[in-house]
Amino acid sequence: MKPATSHRDRVTTFAAPAAVGALLVALWHVSVAYSGTRVFPSPAAVGAAVAELLRKGLLIPYTFDSLGRVMAGYGAAIAAGVPLGLIMGWHVGAASALNPVIQLLRPISPLAWMPVAVVLLGVGNAPAILLIGLGAFFPIVVAAMNAVASVREVHLRVARNFGLPPVKVLLHVMMPASLPQLLVGLRLALGIAWLVVVAAEMLAIDSGLGYLVVDSRNAGKRYDLVVAAMVSIGLIGFTLDIAMRFLARATAGRWSKAV
Amino acid sequence: MSGGVRGASAGSIESLSRHARPFAGLIGLTAAWQLAISVSDQSLLPGPAAALAAIVEMTSDGDLVRHTIASLFRVAWGYIGAAILAIPLGLVLGWYSKAERAAGPILQILRPISPLAWIPIAILWVGVGDLSAIFIIFLSVLWPLTTSAVEAAQSIPLKFVRAGRNFGLSRRALLFTVIYPAALPQLVLGLRLSLGIAWLVVVAAEMIAVGSGLGFFIIDARNAGNRYDQVVAGMLLIGLIGVVLDAAMRRLERSRALAWSYNRLSEVPKKAAAAANGRRGEAP
Amino acid sequence: MSRASYALFPALSLVKPSDVIAEAPPAAERRAKLLARGIRKVFRRGRNDVHVLEEVDLDIREGEFMVVVGPSGCGKTTLLNIIAGFEKPTTGEVRIDSGLVDGPDKRRIVVFQEHGVFPWLTVEANIGFGLADLSPDERKSRIAHYVKLVGLEGFEHAYPHEVSGGMKQRVEMARALAVRPDMLFLDEPFGALDFITRHVMRGELLRIWNAEKKTVLFITHDIEESVQLADRIVVMTSRPATIRCVIENDLPRPRDLSSRRYLEMRDKVLRELGLAKEV
Repeated sequence: MKPATSHRDRVTTFAAPAAVGALLVALWHVSVAYSGTRVFPSPAAVGAAVAELLRKGLLIPYTFDSLGRVMAGYGAAIAAGVPLGLIMGWHVGAASALNPVIQLLRPISPLAWMPVAVVLLGVGNAPAILLIGLGAFFPIVVAAMNAVASVREVHLRVARNFGLPPVKVLLHVMMPASLPQLLVGLRLALGIAWLVVVAAEMLAIDSGLGYLVVDSRNAGKRYDLVVAAMVSIGLIGFTLDIAMRFLARATAGRWSKAV
Repeated sequence: MSGGVRGASAGSIESLSRHARPFAGLIGLTAAWQLAISVSDQSLLPGPAAALAAIVEMTSDGDLVRHTIASLFRVAWGYIGAAILAIPLGLVLGWYSKAERAAGPILQILRPISPLAWIPIAILWVGVGDLSAIFIIFLSVLWPLTTSAVEAAQSIPLKFVRAGRNFGLSRRALLFTVIYPAALPQLVLGLRLSLGIAWLVVVAAEMIAVGSGLGFFIIDARNAGNRYDQVVAGMLLIGLIGVVLDAAMRRLERSRALAWSYNRLSEVPKKAAAAANGRRGEAP
Repeated sequence: MSRASYALFPALSLVKPSDVIAEAPPAAERRAKLLARGIRKVFRRGRNDVHVLEEVDLDIREGEFMVVVGPSGCGKTTLLNIIAGFEKPTTGEVRIDSGLVDGPDKRRIVVFQEHGVFPWLTVEANIGFGLADLSPDERKSRIAHYVKLVGLEGFEHAYPHEVSGGMKQRVEMARALAVRPDMLFLDEPFGALDFITRHVMRGELLRIWNAEKKTVLFITHDIEESVQLADRIVVMTSRPATIRCVIENDLPRPRDLSSRRYLEMRDKVLRELGLAKEV
């Protein structure tokens, strides 16, 4: 009985989305052909465009450019946001003082920081990385705060009971306990960072996948390249998310049902 | 007699400092900002006073109202349009796991594509202007809200559904009287988070593709004359309005009809911190 | 072995008491280890202050097994928290060995009802949690000793989510005992377990208690449990809680659950709690 079910599961997990995807692509193809548009690309044209980008040696380098900026900004956001979020979750006083500041700055789109970023850091990679950092920073702080909140009071009491000084409570109990929830937040923040990098590149950079989107349109209405870039963006973002899920599952395996 | 008896004066001082703390953070931020401006040698970026003056100027010009309404207008249409599609779609997908397995990955691939990357396509389809901005916002809300609705449907405790079936509810009645109310708290949370996203995106969309709104105001202030005081004023306003929108949604979340789920989904950390601090004698 | 047997067979007195299920020395002889006086606890919630504890006085004697029994939500856990030092009383004080209690202490370990064990540590690592200041060898041997004592051999490298509820509680007990505390506080430790497991765990607890001879404060809402375990039963009222009475439980150990005396004791507790004898 068992092998048959898991085989069926595997089929549905891959075959079903593949079927839906194929259906959507077919719909896309049909609607392009039916509407007789000259500008909007068909699936085939997009496929050819991807091949063209690879041939021209643009796709891979641009992808790495975007990924590099993401990693820089995301890394900075983690370095700044996780400790701050942990402190705010731990210390009620810090939370009530800093929370209004966070809440006020959080809704300001990272892109709205662009002019200020350019004044402070000039043009080029630096302001883009700042924007990405800002975009990821706030969700990370909130996630770290929530992760601390999700730590069971019992665990902290046990730690105090055994005479652990506050620093050790933080390191040996608070951190391992909050890790699963923190990783969920970090995964979401990575997704946000990826969104921001593309937007930042559309605004002010001359390489990367976001730039490719704008440039393809501006430099010659090459919508096939535009959509090719979009598809790449989607696939890479998807891959990043899967990678983070994998990471979370690998490290948090022990928590699985217990917490 | 030792123990935790607190004197009256000690209690009121502590409650005073507790009330003052939120302001302390903001005042600290303003002070740090002013300090940074005074210390640095660039003349473009404004200090708090100049930014405040710019806000006043915006108000008297009518700019404030005009641009805010433009931005809110776009958010409203895009957000509501997406909600109308996303919530039923998400609930259905969450409910029928086969459907979710089929359509889910597509969703997960479309989601990381920044809504702004859709701008050329949007302009192609609906031209420059409000409609393309609304379309961008629509997309930016659609994916996360659908995902949220899927999760809401998936996290309905089975026992509620079984109770409904036990009482002989028809499928339709089950949907309206059990599934929808049970999913509602998490849906409202998703709605709040999506509203925040919509607000972020409208500003970005306006910076790129439209001729009004707070995002446009910022870019225009910079391009038309390096009016960085207006740039920063715009940013502050964006922040403030975002806070107001979020607070309004939180109110909704906390309403009595939804309060049964509040503890499960709330964001504010208090208990763990209090225990960790060794705050004894405080209400648990 | 009852005192009667000692009288009839003097040779039996050559058998060391610890080989036998021990009887505690007469209650009045034991000195008071813990003194709680005038404990009041009020949770201030602005308009509605919650009076949880009202004038609680309690003595716990050295080496005794004291059980506090009362309805759920009556404040037993709050009392335990105050005694353990996690919370401060609104008025009143707690003294252990004449020293004032003003915070949690390694010498008085609490065993919690649920989720007390750390899910990210193995059974072994959990038990060794408080042993950081021992040498690695000492630590290892002590962990091994307590793993054996609570009957978890073979599970040293398992994670809490891989073992049953009863086993998790054994881990917690081993962890508590490993630091050789003066007193053990157990907050409804078997409350999350099913009846059968509870029954087994009670026996285990008594076995372990006999081996270690700690002073124990045990909180429960289960009346039978209190009669089965306690040297003295403290009956608490519902909120605002005070001590209704303290019942000396001199049933000989091991306790026969069908004996008339056991049933009488149980009925006594029922009566004190104001509960009907018929259902």
